[in-house]
Order: sequence, then C-alpha cells, then structure tokens
Amino acid sequence: METKIKMKVKLWGVRGSIPTTGPDTEKYGGNTSCASVVYDDHLLVLDGGTGIRKCGGAYPASKRIDILLTHLHLDHIQGLGFFSPLFDPSKEIHIWGPASSSQSLFSRISRYLSPPLFPVLLRDVPCKLELHEVSNSSFDIGPFRIQSSYIIHPGPTVGYRIMQENFVFTYIPDHEPALGSHGMIQNPKWVSGYDLAEGADILLHDAQYTKEEYPTRRGWGHSSINDAGLFASITSAKHTLFAHHDPSHSDEFLEEMLASFKSSSDISASLATEGFEIDFS
Amino acid sequence: MASHEIEIILNRQLADCLSIPVFITDTIGNLIFYNEPAEELLGKRFEDTGEMPVEEWSTIFKPFDNKGDPMPPEKLPLVKTLSKQYPYHKSFHIESLKGKKQAISVTSYPIISRAGNFVGAVAIFWKQKLK
Repeated sequence: METKIKMKVKLWGVRGSIPTTGPDTEKYGGNTSCASVVYDDHLLVLDGGTGIRKCGGAYPASKRIDILLTHLHLDHIQGLGFFSPLFDPSKEIHIWGPASSSQSLFSRISRYLSPPLFPVLLRDVPCKLELHEVSNSSFDIGPFRIQSSYIIHPGPTVGYRIMQENFVFTYIPDHEPALGSHGMIQNPKWVSGYDLAEGADILLHDAQYTKEEYPTRRGWGHSSINDAGLFASITSAKHTLFAHHDPSHSDEFLEEMLASFKSSSDISASLATEGFEIDFS
Repeated sequence: MASHEIEIILNRQLADCLSIPVFITDTIGNLIFYNEPAEELLGKRFEDTGEMPVEEWSTIFKPFDNKGDPMPPEKLPLVKTLSKQYPYHKSFHIESLKGKKQAISVTSYPIISRAGNFVGAVAIFWKQKLK
C-alpha cells in the first residue's frame, strides 16, 4: 500500500549571519536561513534569507504563500526581494513576523525593502500582500496549526512550532537559551522555547558555535552545539537538525564539531544541509 | 509543562548574577524565584523550597515602620507593584521569625513583556545599617 505523505519540509538555507560560497561550504550550503513546509498546495516559507530565492520558483501551483519570519536580522530577510512570487500579481502573499513594542512589521521590513538598500518599495510589489504580527500566538494557516513564542535572541524574535495532524516541526534557527551566568536552567519551566520544541518530531535549532567558541560570543544570540544538544534533550525532541552554521566553519569543521558532540551525547541529531528534504508520513 | 515568559527567565538569569537579594513573583505574588543573597533573608534555600505561595513567604518576616508600628501589606512596594503595575521604592524595617531586625529599602518593578502584558514583578532588597 502506498504511504501518503502528510507534510514535507525542505531546507533552502542553513548558514548563519552571511551567505558563504566556495568549495569549503559546498556540502552543507552557503545560503542563509530559509525552509519550506508543504502539504498539498499549501506552502509555508520559514524565513527569507538568501535561500528563499530558489524556493520562489519551486511551488508554482501554490496561489497563496505564507512567509513566517522569525526576526528581521539581515540573514533572515536578505532574500525577500528576490522571491519571485512577490512580483506575480496572481499570488497572495502573507508575511508573518514578530511584533515590536515600537514599530509595525511593515515599517521594519520596509527599512530593507526600500531605497537606497533596495530599488522597489514593499508597498509597490505587485502580489496581493498582507502582513501579520505575531507574539506568543497560536493560529491556523490552511491545514497547519502554528504556535509562535518569543525566544532569547537580540531584538523581537520568535520560534515556530508547526503542527499538521500528528506531526510537529519546530523551527528555531536563532536562539541562545543558555544566556546567563550558569548556562541553561535545566527545568522546563525556565527554558526559553521549551513549549515550541517539546516532543517535536524534527527540531531545527541554532548550533552556530563550538563550546570553546561560545564564551567569547555570549550575548550574540546563538548557541553552542552542546547547548543546542542540551536543549534538544530537555525538550525530548525526537531528532535535531543543528543549523545556522557559522560562516567561518567549513564542511570539514562542521563534521568535526558533530563528531565531537556525538562522542559525549546519544541524542538523535545531524547537521542541517541545504537541499535536504524530510517527508512526514 | 508551560514555560515562563522569556522576560521572567531573563530576569532570573540577571538575578542569578547579582550580589543583592532579588525576589521574582508571578502576577499574584507567588514567589517563583529568589537568588542566593535572598536566601539569607528568607532563611531558606530556593533549591529546597522551589516556588512558594504568597501566603507562605509573606509571613516569613514582619515589616514595620520607623516608629515601630507594623506596616499593612498594601503599604509595601511589592504589593503596590502587584496591584498597580508601577515601580515603587520604600525604606522600612523587617523582623525575621527568629526576631532579627534589619533596616531595609525595597525597590520593586513590574515586568511588562514585549507583548505589553504584565507577567510578574521583581523586588530588590537593599540592606541598610541600623542607626
């Protein structure tokens, strides 16, 4: 009997901070944060890093596209202006992003999508565009139930828990749950992002640094691979994809990082890879 | 299990780094965290007690004013912060269950989350020397 695919996730960009190109980062990829979640013709796009450019032409049948931004740092919105459906009048695009206490989402995205940084104004894109602000929210988009929560990262930032039937995909590419003098407090009530990741089938989580690099980058909003592993363990995520690879880390270095992590941990985890697809069935 | 709002978690992480007593409560005054210097004031360890209901921790010390008269709860900064969601500051005296007296100043402030919600309160106890 044929197994029915329920939900498909594809990673279009897993690099952190700035896109990288070249043979050193070819295997895991150099595009910045973007993933797609598809069920039938329903399409969610997570973040608008440079990976979103290729994603733009991949789902021509989807008339409505929902882009869920975790935050507005450049590596998460840099590709937005190159997302071809924005320029297609037949498309209905909804952009969801974290609310700020001062400026609207439209005004904050427009700071990038306007001259002199970009030639076209956000208000002038030809698609039917609608913006939605989220905070600690639960909402439905087509067949997906979505939960968003603010998490620890500089500036308004959320993570997303995407549920479709019994499957859960949690997307937290930028997160520093260990911020504090003693690192992560190992009690679920005191762990940023816990509700988003609890029991997730797949957790994509920030693991930008080695544990040796982290102390000199504390407060920058990212995690060491060891803290990402601890977060995965506390939340009982079934499989974790370590993401937001540091631009200075080559493929070889990433594999050494993972091997070193696995020598002291038995959680199910792997390195997020650009182009990687997951079928929930 | 639902986790605390990140504004509460970050306040705990900050309190954990300080050498002054800090209490963190939820919106109705239940004590959800106190740091190591605050353990000395309470005579209890957070590790042992965990969270404490307001009825339990509010009786651990008796507040009284400069004239030695007992202070009603509604005059205390933290109680005012919890009811009005504004910061308050006051100097007064406390007496522990063991009868130890201490002059103290308390600064309290509400934690208003990024989403604009009142999610808890913080009280900082500044010890003073008795004149």
